[in-house]
Amino acid sequence: MAIVVDRKLGWFDRLYLPGIVRGMRVTLKHLFRRKFTMQYPEQRWTFPEGFRGVPALVKDQEGRTKCVACFLCQFVCPPKAIMIVPGELPGGNKVEKYPKEFEINMLRCIYCGMCEEVCPEQAIFLTKDYEVAGSSRTELIFNKEKLLEIGGVRPDPIMKWAHK
Amino acid sequence: MAPPGEIGEQLLERHEEVNLGLLDQRFGPNIVTTTLDKVFNWARKSALWPMSFGLACCAIEMMAAVASRYDIDRFGAGVYRATPRQSDLMIVAGTVTEKMGPVLKRLYDQMPDPKWVISMGACATCGGPFPTYSTMQGVDRIVPVDVYIPGCPPRPEALLHGILRLQDKIDKMTIARR
Repeated sequence: MAIVVDRKLGWFDRLYLPGIVRGMRVTLKHLFRRKFTMQYPEQRWTFPEGFRGVPALVKDQEGRTKCVACFLCQFVCPPKAIMIVPGELPGGNKVEKYPKEFEINMLRCIYCGMCEEVCPEQAIFLTKDYEVAGSSRTELIFNKEKLLEIGGVRPDPIMKWAHK
Repeated sequence: MAPPGEIGEQLLERHEEVNLGLLDQRFGPNIVTTTLDKVFNWARKSALWPMSFGLACCAIEMMAAVASRYDIDRFGAGVYRATPRQSDLMIVAGTVTEKMGPVLKRLYDQMPDPKWVISMGACATCGGPFPTYSTMQGVDRIVPVDVYIPGCPPRPEALLHGILRLQDKIDKMTIARR
């Protein structure tokens, strides 16, 4: 049980002036300090290397979409934001599969980076972009073209399919 | 932004273009004419009073957006009200359970028109990582949402970006009945 003790204030404390002065001292101290606010739309953070923003697909330097539709990212995705429809490449190619459709529901996505971690082809990466507010839900389901546009080209030093 | 003097000159030029009939050339250049829509939209968008509707971890980011580093007050949207009757923006920040749904709907109904809804984060927009029986799969099932902000949780900047998007939307509104 809480016990409430009624503290009697002296005449000095009852003036409330010392309290006000103490408070104003803090206010004035902050008035002359360095300004703390970041002027957001003009001023932005520089994010560290590991920042996880919007996931996106990438192409290699030869312009090939690196994804081979192995479905690992779709299986590992905790909120089930990724939807892949696989397609078959005609014979003679070293790579047999490609994603006919590749959709990421940015609203479901929790930016955990598991897709990037699990991808054996290094085809999906988390970019540093985070401003993707939209006015409808369908607007924020990004298709393959949009994802490739965000991801751009990421040079691959190994090019494993060229040597198979 | 142009310096104040230049704006005055721009306004003066525009003033000369418009023929105001009887009022024309009667007043000095200190009178600005505009449309009612513009005045209303300007007033509405620059004093968005949000209702504090923090339900989960997104609310922490919402608090960060209000605090001094990001300072949502720069956009006039920092006056968080604890009652729907004084607010015109509902930022649904966090997981909405099926049990919370009716409460949310009721609070939305109690807000005076015009009112807007921002759905902040993965949970509020579509259930996020909880596709279960107890979680509402998106608040747009019960209230009309104007801006969806993805993220889990979204950064404070993302919320500010969403508010800027909403201000753009309010700018396009009209008070004329269609």
